Amino acid sequence: MTLTAKDVAQITKLLEDSSFDELDLEIDGVKLSLRRGGSSAAPIESSAPPAAAGAPAGAASRPAAPAAPTPSTADPAFRDVPAPLLGTFYRAPKPGAPPFVEVGSAVEEQTIIGIIEVMKLMNTVRAGVSGRVAQILARDGALVEYGETLMRVGKTG
Amino acid sequence: MAAIRRILIANRGEIAARIIRTCRALGIETVLAASVADRDSLPARLADRTLCIGPARSTESYLRVETVVQAALGAGAHAIHPGYGFLSERAALARLCEAQRIIFIGPTADQIEAVGDKLRARAEAEAANVPVVPGGAAADAAAALALARRIGAPLLVKAVGGGGGRGMKRVDRLQELPRAMELASSEAGAAFGDARVYLERFVTPGRHIEVQVLGDGAGRVIHLGERDCSVQRRYQKLIEETPAPGLAASLLQRIEEAAVRFAERLAYRGAGTVEFLVDGERGEFYFLEMNARIQVEHPVTEAVTGVDLVAEQIAIAGGEGLRLGQRDVRPSGCAIECRVNAEDPAQDFAPSPGRVTEVSWPGGPGIRVDTHIEGGSRVPPFYDSLLAKIIAHGADRAAALARLRQAIAATRLAGVASNLTFLAAVLADERFQAGGVDTGFVARLLERAGGSERGSRA
Repeated sequence: MTLTAKDVAQITKLLEDSSFDELDLEIDGVKLSLRRGGSSAAPIESSAPPAAAGAPAGAASRPAAPAAPTPSTADPAFRDVPAPLLGTFYRAPKPGAPPFVEVGSAVEEQTIIGIIEVMKLMNTVRAGVSGRVAQILARDGALVEYGETLMRVGKTG
Repeated sequence: MAAIRRILIANRGEIAARIIRTCRALGIETVLAASVADRDSLPARLADRTLCIGPARSTESYLRVETVVQAALGAGAHAIHPGYGFLSERAALARLCEAQRIIFIGPTADQIEAVGDKLRARAEAEAANVPVVPGGAAADAAAALALARRIGAPLLVKAVGGGGGRGMKRVDRLQELPRAMELASSEAGAAFGDARVYLERFVTPGRHIEVQVLGDGAGRVIHLGERDCSVQRRYQKLIEETPAPGLAASLLQRIEEAAVRFAERLAYRGAGTVEFLVDGERGEFYFLEMNARIQVEHPVTEAVTGVDLVAEQIAIAGGEGLRLGQRDVRPSGCAIECRVNAEDPAQDFAPSPGRVTEVSWPGGPGIRVDTHIEGGSRVPPFYDSLLAKIIAHGADRAAALARLRQAIAATRLAGVASNLTFLAAVLADERFQAGGVDTGFVARLLERAGGSERGSRA
């Protein structure tokens, strides 16, 4: 059995109408990977701020469309660590203290990688994956959105 | 008070888009607090910035007071507009805003509490010399029965924390009362976190007439006329219009004055609506509740008065007070609004979420469409099913109605089921055309048409 273009179109529609973001399908050796939010998605740029002068505070310091799932998930060697909630991100347990993790730090699923503050309530953020911190995207003290990629972790082994 | 230059909108759907439009006209920046499900919505594109505040489920996003305030602080917003529904009538949001020096575009936390507690609202109405439906609270079963005997059946058991038709049980015979109260109480406890219930006479037939008010928060209140929202299905409004057809001018004036007295007593701040049950034949009216927010059906008032109610909300919140006097409000003509919902009349109005594949909204003179839906828009299953409000304005009711019927007929919508054909049927009904129907009208219409309509669709 093979997948026709029509089958793929139908499967794509099913994914679009579902609440899932990714679909990996393997039928008789044919592999199909679909991901919501790819470059061919609807011509929608959700959070692009207006030109510099009118930009709300903090907007200019970040790319226009942060938020997970990002296309980087396509690279299987790296996993994104998304913000579990909106709030102020801190890399260290308190001002002046060394950060929980640095680029190169080894992390496991339960490793604390930062704190997100919501109205004085401190929420610890865990890596959720194991590996080595490859990139830290969220700035210390910055507002992060729900789902925004805080770090990328390279898979080990 | 510092001018409001950036507003965080803690809502979604058509009302978010509508608030953004006024902000743009006023040169105010907008930050939309959106859930994952709404990140690609039309309001998200209209806003200057969108912040994703949480997952699709509203209890984890739109209903999170702390998250919404944190988003406003983080985005440097001076004010929060809560829209309607969600957190709009949560005193906790207004209170946290007050503590964080963010302007809440709405009444004070105390005012929200005063009208949110339906027993307290009744007491305030009585104190303001505004008639209420015979009824009240009862300390125990014996007292409830004694009260019920005085009121007489049929009566309603209502939740103190309810409103908008939610949390009510009808009792036709007094022996059903203890069971109904028990049921209503446990349901109210689960739904509103407040198990208290009270009794009211079931007034029927009645018309639902409400009065739009604006208050400066210092005791000055004006009204912007009435809206007739009697076309309801299971307490959900479907069609709203102003002026209320066939209502005696003297009765209407008494209703408007009562609404103003009630809001004055609270020194109400911002836009609000006082709802009444009206018995036009007997010339009597009763206070139902006050809604401490902008209302879904506010555009009909805007159409006839020319007042942008959201702009007035922002002005009052920004400390400008009332920019209008009562004599500046001069309604002209008639306006009728239809709510287009993603629900299937053939399936007992079951919600029909999905993706709108194609849509063409009507336009032309006297037609306004408030919507967040365009071709390709998703209708997530997590929220209410309102797709759009189509508002027609005309020199008189016949002109407005003709425009609205044409507009409904010209609307094309594919991908999700909608109530468009049902709306067209209501507008074509001779009783509706005559005007002045009561709140039982839709139920009777469905009863008559029920079997044949279902048959024709099968």
